[in-house]
Amino acid sequence: MPMASASPMIVVTGLGATTPLGGDVESTWRAVLAGQSGVNALDNSWAEDYGVVANFAATLKVSADAVLSPQEQRRSDPSAQYALIAARQAWADAGAPATRPERLAVVMATGIGGLHTMLGAWDTVRERGARRLLPLTVPMLMPNSPAAAVAIDLSARGGAHAPVSACASGAEAVVTGARLIELGLADVVVAGGAEAAIHPLTLGAFARMRALSTRSDSPQTASRPYCVTRDGFVMGEGAGALVLESAAHAEARGAAAKAVLAGVGSSSDAYDVAPPDPTGQGQLRAMRAALAAAGPAVAANLAHVNAHATATPAGDVVEAKAIVAALAEVLGTAAAARSVPVSATKSMTGHLLGAAGAVESILAILALRDRLAPPTINIQELDPQVPCQVVRDRPRPLPPAGPLAALNNAFGFGGHNMALVFATPS
Amino acid sequence: MALDKNDVLEGLTEIIVEETGIDADQIALDKSFADDLDIDSLSMMTILALAEDRFDVEIPDDAVAGLTTLADAVDHIAGA
Repeated sequence: MPMASASPMIVVTGLGATTPLGGDVESTWRAVLAGQSGVNALDNSWAEDYGVVANFAATLKVSADAVLSPQEQRRSDPSAQYALIAARQAWADAGAPATRPERLAVVMATGIGGLHTMLGAWDTVRERGARRLLPLTVPMLMPNSPAAAVAIDLSARGGAHAPVSACASGAEAVVTGARLIELGLADVVVAGGAEAAIHPLTLGAFARMRALSTRSDSPQTASRPYCVTRDGFVMGEGAGALVLESAAHAEARGAAAKAVLAGVGSSSDAYDVAPPDPTGQGQLRAMRAALAAAGPAVAANLAHVNAHATATPAGDVVEAKAIVAALAEVLGTAAAARSVPVSATKSMTGHLLGAAGAVESILAILALRDRLAPPTINIQELDPQVPCQVVRDRPRPLPPAGPLAALNNAFGFGGHNMALVFATPS
Repeated sequence: MALDKNDVLEGLTEIIVEETGIDADQIALDKSFADDLDIDSLSMMTILALAEDRFDVEIPDDAVAGLTTLADAVDHIAGA
């Protein structure tokens, strides 16, 4: 449904991230444009000890120990630590808006939550008894812990939310943040996602679903969205955060908009707990809603898509077809829809699960800023079933002048579909 | 076997520094956990859990309320 015309315009005024490609937004973006892979073999004995078939992942480039105090690390799960790192960067990038704490909200999502804390605590119970559990165990493992940590850190008293929708969580945080501003419940929202779930349990379980690439012999080329030989995603970790702000609030304090959050859309497949509805109708409805909310003038400028494209055999094609269907509705023809450059940045970052939608929103915004669609690496042979103009190997220039818009998709197990439309600021 | 009180104070100080980031110079036997060191109840429980672990003692829940100062905790742990 389109936003009511009275809805305030929402702008993005700050970005923050810690990813497998860099400890902040700009280093991540430089690595993305250079087509680097953040994936590496894991330096442990999990394969031997536990029979983990995919013993590689995209771990953080700059570990949290290098950024946070020992106390911050002791008192929070890695998922909350990553959220804090990204949120502080985004907040500083936005110029630390002087806003009333009651008008500042946080939406910080995670897909899985405090997995390391939970499993570590269970080890403690079994090996040494429940009396040895630390009192902060529950506050550290709960999935709202990243949201709470950021709200405490920024003194945000206008609400702290933690949407959970698997790999759509980070994008759902942006959707929820937009709704808080639209409804007049907040002037500024720090929205994003964080994930720290690289563990033999998750690697083993995703592999059992056949969702995970098992190319242990070649980790850096394992994540190959849209390639005919793709065999699943590569686990990643990290966090992304965006400062969303009503345009009026940003203008009043003289803050520059990095992008306009022009429209958000969400839907649910109601089809299966794991694979997407193969007709792509659920994904299409989310994209259609976001484009409708952005309005025809913005949608007509759609020049780039940062796709969800995780490199699963089924998922990539379903989404690619839905993208073309959605864009054809706003661009007028299927040919125009097929010509829009589509990037699958998970080829480089790996799949950050609940952080993916936030980090990829940031990459979509930077693509608009620099007028460059990032590359998709590792495509040896493009799957002929993919009808899109996939940006391969090197960045592709977007139109050098005039307003542009970009679409970011994020979908999660359970059939959660999120679509976000960003536009260049006027 | 009773523990040496100086060893206990030293160990407890290390735990408090690691857990809270409070400067070791601020920590002394006569300091109150809550009033002087601003340690909240969950941090206090964490510190005591870590102390139980390090000194291999038990601090029963009903004894915790009586541990107001470092000296109270040192006496309890050393005497346990």
